[in-house]
Amino acid sequence: MIAALTLLLACQLAGEIVARALGLPLPGPVVGLILLAAGLLVRGAEPPAELVAVADGLLRNLGLLFVPAAVGVVLHLDLLARAAAPIALAILAGTLAAIGFTGLLTARLLRSRSSHDAA
Amino acid sequence: MRPELAEIWVYLAASPLAALTVTLAAWLAGLRLHAAARGSALVNPVLVAALLLVGLLLVAGIEYRAYFEGAQFVHFLLGPATVALAVPLVRQWRLLRASGPALAVALFSGSAFASASAVAIGWAFGADRAVLATLAPKATTTPVAMGIAEQIGGIPSLTAVVVILSGIAGAALGPAVLSLLRVRDWRARGFAVGLAAHGIGTARAISVNETAGAFAALAMGLNALATALLLPLVWALAVG
Repeated sequence: MIAALTLLLACQLAGEIVARALGLPLPGPVVGLILLAAGLLVRGAEPPAELVAVADGLLRNLGLLFVPAAVGVVLHLDLLARAAAPIALAILAGTLAAIGFTGLLTARLLRSRSSHDAA
Repeated sequence: MRPELAEIWVYLAASPLAALTVTLAAWLAGLRLHAAARGSALVNPVLVAALLLVGLLLVAGIEYRAYFEGAQFVHFLLGPATVALAVPLVRQWRLLRASGPALAVALFSGSAFASASAVAIGWAFGADRAVLATLAPKATTTPVAMGIAEQIGGIPSLTAVVVILSGIAGAALGPAVLSLLRVRDWRARGFAVGLAAHGIGTARAISVNETAGAFAALAMGLNALATALLLPLVWALAVG
């Protein structure tokens, strides 16, 4: 378990260093994700069982990890009130419209592609 | 009695132990309610936990900074958890690669739609320029969105709030929208939620279906990259 956790932290650290050194517009953990995925793909076989177990454990509770940041909303209630209507509508209607649009488009693109393959 | 109670209170408020414990307890309460609602996306455990904790902080008059002293240990794990998303991606790699061209088109269209719709709605309801620049990157993960907002003249701290609330809205209501539109393909459902509702949407997708989770993680990462590279350019051309 510690070896897998060390691997995840090492990838994150490498990601932070690469992102800063190259001035990438991506956060360190996202670069770390890319590095780990690339490493696992180059290695070829299934990811090691220990890594899979630790990753599953973290990802099963991924929502929990957003809670402290979400509570930070209390700091900005006054900023939100500054333009409450446009912000609330952009968040709610904008996000749901984007999900609907992307979902329909992705489903259609994937369907036309697989029927093309079958033909 | 009184001074002793006050001493205990001072200890609890200063120690990270109390904040950590209430964060985990609030999350468990969120999971219980989610299960009691038969797994309905509407009862999102992140939303429930955050509401309980915001209420607690406001009622008890605890400062967020004091709360975060303890909660930061949970927050810290977001980094390694983001890296861990590589595991479902690699396990679903063949499926992802087979969908490559379709996903590329969906990524750029969806990313443009997410930013444009947020700005259009904000503009229609009279938001000023700084607020529009705050809303534009809201579909991406928090650190990326804050960086973009700063670059194009938005308010980074407000962006962080907008991003989190968009993630909760997408995770709680997105699945219902997709079902209404009869999008049943787990790949498309995951990709849409990851693109528009970043990590909080991805967390929901992972808890429902492994394929949806992998596609959500991919969409989240790719949209962070696409928005960071393209939005500042488009903004400079369109808004000046």
